[in-house]
Amino acid sequence: MHDLTATTALGGTTAEVRDFEGLRISECPDWALASLASRLGREDEVAAAAQALLGAALPGVGACAGDGPVTAFWIGPEQWMLEAPHGSHEDLAARIKAAMGDAGSVTEQTDGWVRFDLEGAGCHQVLELMCNADTRRMDSPAATRTAIAHQSCFLIRRADGHFSVIGPRSSAQSLHHGLIEAAYSAL
Amino acid sequence: MMIDHPLLGPRDAQEFTYLGDASLIDRPDWQAEDAVDQFHDYLYLRDNPAGEHRELWFHEVGDRSWLVVTRNTLTHQITSVELARDVARSRGRSK
Amino acid sequence: MSQKNRLPGGQIDRSQNLDFTFDGKRFTGHPGDTLASALMANGVRLMGRSFKYHRPRGVLTSGSEEPNALVELRSGARQEPNTRATTAELFDGLEARSQNRWPSLTFDAMAVNDRFSNFLTAGFYYKTFMWPAAFWEKLYEPIIRKAAGLGSLSLEEDPDSYDKGYLHCDLLIVGAGPAGLSAALTAGRSGARVILADEDFAMGGRLNAETFAIDDTAGAEWAAAAVAELHGMNNVRLMPRTTVIGGFDHGIYGAVERVSDHLPTPAPGKSRQILWRVYTRRALLCAGAIERPIAFANNDRPGILLAGAMRAYANRWAATPAQKVAVFTNNDDGHRTARDLMAKGVRVAAVIDVRPDAPRIADCELLAGAQVIDTSGRLGLSFVKLRQADGSERIIECGALGVSGGWNPNVHLTCHQRGRPAWNPAISAFVPGTDLPQGQSVAGAAAGAFSTHAALRSGAEQAAAILGDLGIKPDKARLPRAEDAPVNIQPFWHVTEGRGRAWLDQQNDVTVKDVKLAHQENFRSVEHLKRYTTLGMATDQGKTSNMGGLAIMAELAGKSIPGVGTTIFRPPYTPVAMGTLGGRARGAHFHPVRETPSHIWAREQGAVFVEAGNWLRAQWFPRPGETHWRQSVDREVRAVRGSVGVCDVTTLGKIDVQGTDAAAFLNKVYANGFAKLAVGKTRYGLMLREDGIVMDDGTTARLAEDHFVMTTTTANAVPVYRHLEFVRQCLFPDMDVQLISTTEAWAQYAVAGPNARKLLQKIVDPGFDISNEAFPFMACGAVTICGGLRARLFRISFSGELAYEIAVPTRYGDALIRRLMAAGEEFDVTPYGTEALGVMRIEKGHAAGNELNGTTTALNLRMGRMVSKKKDAIGSTLSERAGLNTPDALALVGFLPKLPEEKVTAGGHLMNREGPLDAKHDQGYVTSACYSPILNSHIGIGYLKSGSERMGERLRLVSPLTGQNIEVEVVSAHFVDPEGDRLRA
Repeated sequence: MHDLTATTALGGTTAEVRDFEGLRISECPDWALASLASRLGREDEVAAAAQALLGAALPGVGACAGDGPVTAFWIGPEQWMLEAPHGSHEDLAARIKAAMGDAGSVTEQTDGWVRFDLEGAGCHQVLELMCNADTRRMDSPAATRTAIAHQSCFLIRRADGHFSVIGPRSSAQSLHHGLIEAAYSAL
Repeated sequence: MMIDHPLLGPRDAQEFTYLGDASLIDRPDWQAEDAVDQFHDYLYLRDNPAGEHRELWFHEVGDRSWLVVTRNTLTHQITSVELARDVARSRGRSK
Repeated sequence: MSQKNRLPGGQIDRSQNLDFTFDGKRFTGHPGDTLASALMANGVRLMGRSFKYHRPRGVLTSGSEEPNALVELRSGARQEPNTRATTAELFDGLEARSQNRWPSLTFDAMAVNDRFSNFLTAGFYYKTFMWPAAFWEKLYEPIIRKAAGLGSLSLEEDPDSYDKGYLHCDLLIVGAGPAGLSAALTAGRSGARVILADEDFAMGGRLNAETFAIDDTAGAEWAAAAVAELHGMNNVRLMPRTTVIGGFDHGIYGAVERVSDHLPTPAPGKSRQILWRVYTRRALLCAGAIERPIAFANNDRPGILLAGAMRAYANRWAATPAQKVAVFTNNDDGHRTARDLMAKGVRVAAVIDVRPDAPRIADCELLAGAQVIDTSGRLGLSFVKLRQADGSERIIECGALGVSGGWNPNVHLTCHQRGRPAWNPAISAFVPGTDLPQGQSVAGAAAGAFSTHAALRSGAEQAAAILGDLGIKPDKARLPRAEDAPVNIQPFWHVTEGRGRAWLDQQNDVTVKDVKLAHQENFRSVEHLKRYTTLGMATDQGKTSNMGGLAIMAELAGKSIPGVGTTIFRPPYTPVAMGTLGGRARGAHFHPVRETPSHIWAREQGAVFVEAGNWLRAQWFPRPGETHWRQSVDREVRAVRGSVGVCDVTTLGKIDVQGTDAAAFLNKVYANGFAKLAVGKTRYGLMLREDGIVMDDGTTARLAEDHFVMTTTTANAVPVYRHLEFVRQCLFPDMDVQLISTTEAWAQYAVAGPNARKLLQKIVDPGFDISNEAFPFMACGAVTICGGLRARLFRISFSGELAYEIAVPTRYGDALIRRLMAAGEEFDVTPYGTEALGVMRIEKGHAAGNELNGTTTALNLRMGRMVSKKKDAIGSTLSERAGLNTPDALALVGFLPKLPEEKVTAGGHLMNREGPLDAKHDQGYVTSACYSPILNSHIGIGYLKSGSERMGERLRLVSPLTGQNIEVEVVSAHFVDPEGDRLRA
C-alpha cells in the first residue's frame, strides 16, 4: 500500500458539503470513473461483457444503467462512462479492461473529473441558473452533457431531487463557486 | 439557433463549434496525378451560398459528434441534420 | 408636501406611505406607485430636460416607451442613469434626480441651445464639425457630449450581481393584458407548460388602466383573479417585472427579469436582474399597443401627455397631472380619457377632436373639427390655443392635455428576424405581417384586435390553435363578456398651422421641420431619415415617434405610409444594463480558472502565477532575498542544469488514442511516421493543418500495440481534440480508433537535470528498473511509486537535460510534489516555473507557441524532412507547394547579440547589416528571446530567410516600436548541448 495522501478536487482531505434552504451541495470524491468505447465491429461483445459487469444492458442515448456497484451512463455513440465506489473500485479501469479484452477501449477517468451532488427540492431552481438542460423534464435516471459555469459537464439525474454535476477537475473551484452563488441567488 | 441532433434531439447551437462547408468530407486522393491542385481546390475553393448550405458542426459540449447540418444562410432554417460519420460513409469514405 | 393631484380610488395601497426624493426634495407616495405616478400625484409635471435643446419636459406615457421622464436613480455605486420614471417602482427611500440640466431642472443654463435651434437642426453636426478633422476628437466631440446627453455614470464598480438562466416551455406568452391572460388561462387549464411574462410589476395590462367591466367585475379585479388562478397552476410560471427583449432563431427568446430593482438593495446573495434564455415550442405575442401623439406647435410642454396614459394615471394610480385638463384626439378612444377623468372628479375643459363629425362620448364640451395650434406655460402647460371648425381662434386654460393620435400594435418582437409589418387601413396602423418568426403567433391589440372582447377572444383562440398544433387538448371555457367598441379614427399626424416647433421625437428633439429638412436634402429612406435626424434613436427607439415621422415623410414624398415602410426593429425591446449581459462572468470569475495539482503547494511556496489560457501556472518561485524575477528564474535554470528541478506540466493536453487502427490513425494526423513506434517508446510528432502549416506538436507514447497517449501543447488541447474527431468521423469513418481526453486525470511533473534519475529512483518502486539501459531516452511505461501507486513514466525532455515526466492520478498530485521535494532534498531539488521552462527550451531551440504561430511550416522549423512522403497525412500534400518551399524560405535559427548584455527583443525584425531598414528588406524576425544564465548572454531564436545557410552572419535586429537597433550573430538554435548528450545520459 502506497503512502501518498489523496486530496479532493477542492483541495481538502475531506469532501466539502454546503447546506441551503432545500438543497445540499456536496463534493463527492469517492467515485471511480472509467470510459468505455466499443471497438468497431465488436459492439456485441462489449454489450455482452458489460451486461455481466453492470447486471444490465449498456444504456442507450441519454440514459443510465446498472444497479450494482458499477453503473454506466451514455456519453457518445458507442461510448459510456462507468462509475463505481472508489474505495472498492480504485482499479475500475483495469477491471473493465480485463472484462472487455480487446473488444473495447477503456480509459481511466477517475481524476479527470469532480463530482458535485445536488440533493433537495431546490435543485431545479439552482440548475436553471447554471445550464440549459431541461432538468424538470429529464428522465430519472438520465444523463446529458451541458455547459455549466462555462465548462462542459455531465449532468445526471439520479432520482427526483438528486442530480450529479460532473465537471473538469481542474476547474473544481470555479464550478463550485458557480453552484454556491446560484444556490444563494435562487434559494 | 437550435440544431436537431440526430441522437440527442434539439440542442442549442451554443453547444456546437462551427467548422464550415461539409465538402471538407470529400478529401482528395493524395496519390492522384494532380493531388496538389485537387487539395488546393478542396481547401480553398468553396461555395458561399445565400441559401441552402451543408455545413459541419461539432457537438463540443455534448456527445462529440460531428454533424452535417443543412441550413439556409438567409433564414437560418435547418432542414436536415445528419451524423457526419454516416455522411462520410455514404460518400465512400472508409479508412 | 401634500399629494395635491392624488385622486380617489386606484390600485395603490394608501395604508402605507413611501418617502422618496426627487432632486433632493422630499415627497410621499404609496406601494403600487411608479416614480412618475407619485411625482404626478405630488403635483410635479417637470421631470427632465431634453437631449439637445434642454427643453423642459414632463412625462408623456405611462410605460416603457417613455421618451422624456428619464431620471437617475439611487446614488453612489448604484446610481443608474436613464431610468424611466414611468416604470421605476416606488420604494421607501428612493432617491431620484433629473438629468441633463445645470444647475437645476427649473433653471438650466444649457437651455440657451434652444435659442439657437435654427442652427441646430437635423444634420447640424455633420455639416458644422467637419473641419479640421483633428478638432473633432479633441474639441468638438467633448463639448457636444457635455452639452447633449442623458444621465451620468457613477464610474464606480457595480456592487450588484446578475444571473443568467435558462427556461423551457411549451408556450411563452409575452404580455399579461386581456389577450395574454386569456391565452394563459386557456393553455394553463389545458395542462401545457406555460410562461407568462410581463414587464409590469402588476399583471393585467390595460385592464388595470381602464374602467371596463369583464362579466360583472371590474377589469382589474378580473385580471387579479385570473393571475391568482394561474398562480395556483404548477404548469404555469408567472414572470412579472420581466421584459422579453428579443425573439431569436428557432423559438429562443431573451427575457430580463428585474428581481430586485423594486428594492432599495438586493437581498443578500440575490441578483439584481436575471437574463433568461427561454426555449419555447411556441410563443404568443400579446404585447398590446402603444398610443401615438399628434404633433403641433409647442406640443412638448410638461402636462401634455398621451390620452391613454392620462387615464392610466387616473384609473390605476389615482393621479392627474392637473385639476383641469383637456383632450386632443382624432379617434373615439381619446374621449374615454375625458370620461374617466371626469368620473374621478377632474375638470375636463373640452374634448378637441379633429374630426368634424366627432361623436359625443364624454359629458363635456366637444370641439369637433378643431385643432390645437399652440400652447403656452413656461415650465408646464397653462393654455392651449385652438383653431375651431368655424375658423375662429380660442384659448383654453388647462394644466394638462391628453393627446391621442391612435394606437400602434406593438409589433416589435414580430420583426426581430427581419419580419416586416403590414399596414391595416381600418385602424390606420401597422400590424404584424405574415412573415412571423417560426413558432410565433400574435393576439390582442398587438394583432390589431383593440377591443377588450377582441383581445380576450383572440388570446383564447390563438392559444387553442397553438395547443392543437402541440397535440394538447385545449380547455374550452366560456369567454367572459367585455366591451367590443369599434375603432373609429381619422388618420391625423400633425397640425400644419402654428408658429412654434412641432415635436415628433421628444427624446431626440426632432421636429416636423427636421423631417422636412431631411426630405429636402434627400435623406428620404426611413433608415436615412433615422440617421440624419436621429428620429427614433436612444433609449425609447422611437416607440411613440417613428410612426409620425414616417407618416410625414410619406406626405412629403407623395407616397403611402406602407410605401415608406418602417425602420428595422431590433432587439433589445427596451434597454438592457451591461451588467445583465455580463452576468456572473466578471472580475475574477470572468472565465473559469483551472488549477494544477500542485497549485496549493505552489501557493505555499510563494509562487508567482501566470495565466496560460484558463490555467494558472507557477511562473517562478521567488526565494528570500530575490528582488527581481530574473534572479529567481536564473537560479531555477542553473539548478536544473546543475542538479535537478521539478515542474508541473499537467496542463499539456493528453488524449488517449486506442483501437486496432490507432497507429494508422496517428500516421494520418502526424506528418511523421508512427506505425513503427515500438511499445514502450515515445516519439515527437508534428501535426500539420491540411494547408501544410504546423498546427501543433508534442510527444506521443505507445503504451500498448493498440493504445497511445498523445500530448498536445497547453493552448491547443481543445482544438487538437476537435481536429482528431474530425479526422476520425469525417475522413476515416471506418478506422477502428477511439478517443478521449485524459488531460486532468493525471498529475504530471517534469523531473529534469543530471540528478533526475537518482531522485526518481527514490520514489519509483524497486521492481522497476529505470536505469539508462533499461529505460533509455524516449522510453515510457507503467510503474508504481511510493509503495504501489499506479503511475506512468515518460523519459522525455523539453529542457534538454536528462529528464522524465511522471504521472499519477490527480488526487495524489499534491502528495507527489511534496514527496519529490522531500526526497530530492539531498540533491537540492528546485521547483521551477514556466519562465525557467521557457528559458531552457529557448536555450535548446525547441519550438513553442511563439514559433508555431499559424504561419510556419515544417520546413521553417527545419523539420522539413520529418514530413513523410511515403504516406498520406493531413497537410503533407499541400506542404509541397512551391510557395512554401522557396530557396529563401524562413528557417529557425538562433541569435546572439554582439554585446551579451544587450536584450534580444521577441518580435524584433532582422535586417542586413548594410542597406535600408524597411519592410521591403526584411530578413526575418525573432520569435522568442530570454537571458541565458548558462551562456551569460541574452539569446533569441527566430525565423531568418535561408537561415540554415547563414550561420555566423551578422545582422541588425531592429524594433521600431522600442527603438532597438543592435547587431546580432546568426547561430544554431541549439545553444545548449546541440548533440543531445545530456538528455541521453
